[in-house]
Amino acid sequence: MKDNLIISISPHRKEKADTPRVMRGVVYALMPAVIASIYYFKLRAFLLIIVCIAGTVLTEAVFQKLRRRPITIKDGSALLTGLLLALVLPPSLPLWAGFLGAVMAIVIGKQIFGGLGQNIFNPALIGRAFLMATFPVMLTTWIKPGIFDAVTTATPLSLFKFDHNVVSTLYLLLGNTGGSLGETCAIVLIIGGIFLLIKKYMDWRIPLSYIGTVLILTTVLYLIKPAQYASPLFHLFAGGLMLGALFMATDPVTSPITKKGRYIFGVGCGFLVVIIRTWGGLPEGVMYSILLMNAFTPLINRYTVPVQFGGRKK
Amino acid sequence: MNIILIFIAATIVNNIVLTYFLGICPFLGVSSKIESAIGMGLAATFVMTLAATVTWLIYHYILVRFNVPFLEYVSFILVIAALVQIVEMFIRKTSPELYRALGIYLPLITTNCAILGLTLFMVLREYNFLESVVFGFGSGVGFTLVLLIMAGIREELEFADVPEAFKGAPITLIISGLLALAFMGFSGIISTS
Repeated sequence: MKDNLIISISPHRKEKADTPRVMRGVVYALMPAVIASIYYFKLRAFLLIIVCIAGTVLTEAVFQKLRRRPITIKDGSALLTGLLLALVLPPSLPLWAGFLGAVMAIVIGKQIFGGLGQNIFNPALIGRAFLMATFPVMLTTWIKPGIFDAVTTATPLSLFKFDHNVVSTLYLLLGNTGGSLGETCAIVLIIGGIFLLIKKYMDWRIPLSYIGTVLILTTVLYLIKPAQYASPLFHLFAGGLMLGALFMATDPVTSPITKKGRYIFGVGCGFLVVIIRTWGGLPEGVMYSILLMNAFTPLINRYTVPVQFGGRKK
Repeated sequence: MNIILIFIAATIVNNIVLTYFLGICPFLGVSSKIESAIGMGLAATFVMTLAATVTWLIYHYILVRFNVPFLEYVSFILVIAALVQIVEMFIRKTSPELYRALGIYLPLITTNCAILGLTLFMVLREYNFLESVVFGFGSGVGFTLVLLIMAGIREELEFADVPEAFKGAPITLIISGLLALAFMGFSGIISTS
C-alpha cells in the first residue's frame, strides 16, 4: 500500500519521444526513398549516401571536439542531415563534392550557430545551396535512372521549362525520371510521410498548407492558360516538392513553433515555389522557398504568439 | 507594368543588400533589435526615395543641360547629405528614443553606399522620372525587408551557443551570406542587370 503512494511534482506522464528516437523515426521514414534511389541510380546513389553521412557525422564530431562540447553524434541528427543532403543531390555528382557539401552543411548550416536546435536554416539545404552556388554545372547535370551507364538527361521540370515536354504523372510517381537521388519517386516519399504522420513526428499543418498552396496556384494558372503552364498534378509530383514539403519544411528547428505560424510558413513556401518555377530562371525552387521561409521564421514566431488563456489581445 | 517590374526587381530580385552588397554598414550595425531595424529601414527608405527624386531632377535639368555630367558624384553626395540632415532633425524632434537607438548610424546614412549606389544605377539604367522614384522607393523597401529579417534572426540567436570568435559581426556576415544564397533563387525572374 505504501509503495503505491508516490508523491512527485509534475509532469506525471512523460512522452517517450526524445531526439534520437524522433531522428531514427525520420530515418526509417526515408528508407523507402533510399531503397528507390539505389534501385534507380545503383552504386552511385549508395556511395553518395555513405559519403554524405560520413561527412556530416565526422564534421560534427570534429567540430564539437574542437569546441570542447559534448559530442552528440549518437543522437542521429547529423546522420539525418547527411542522408537528406544526399537525397537532394544529383546522382552523377563526384563523391568529393558530396563530402564538401556535407562539411559545409554542418559547419555553416548548423554548428556555427551553436549546434542542434539553434540553427536558423535547414543544414542539408544549406549544403545543397552552397554546392549549387559553387559548382552550378555539376548540380544541374542529371543522368538517366535504371541503367548502369551514365547517360545524361534532364529533370521533368527543366524539360518542361526549356523544351515544353511534359513527363507523364505515372512516371513521376514511380520515379523513372531524371532528378536528385531521393526526389524522383513520389510514391515512396508519400509512404514515408504517412509513417511520420501516424507516428506524430511531423506536424501536418506545414505539408498541407505548402502542397495545398502549390495545388491551388498551379490549378489557377493551368485554368487560365493550359498551353503555357503545366498541370497541377505535374507540379505536385515533379521535382523536390514531396521531399521538401514532407521532410525538409517540417524540420522542427527551422520552422515556426506556433500553429498559425506554420500555416503562414507553408503558404509562403508554396507561393515562392510557384513563383520561381513559373517565372524564375531556375526550373526548380523548392530548396530556395524553404531557405527563404527559414529566414522569415523568427519574425513569424514573433508576430504569431498566441494569446494566453484568459489573456487579451494587445 | 514596367513600374511594377522595377519595384519587384529593386525589392527582391536585385535586392540592394543581398545582390549588390551595398549598405552593409548599417545592415550590420542596426540589425540587432527589430524596433531599431524598422526605424532605420523607414529612415533609409525615406532618404532613398527623396534622393532618387531630387538627384534625377538635378541630373537631367542641371547637369545634362550645362553639359557637366561628370559632377554627378559631387552633387549627388551633397544632396544626400542635406537630406540626411533633414531626416536627422526630424527624428530627433519626433522620436528621441529612436534617435538614441540609431545612434551614429543615422548621420552615417550620408555615407551609406546603398543610397549613392542607387542614384548612380538610376542614371546608368536611364530611368525616367517616375521609374526613378519607384526604383528609389523599392530599394528602400528591399533594404528594410532584409534588415527586418536579419534583426529577427539576430534576436533569435541572442541565446544561441555561437562560438566566441563568431559572436557579433562575423556571424552576421555569415548569415548575410546564407541569405544571399537563398535570394539566389529569385535570379532570372526579372532581368535588369
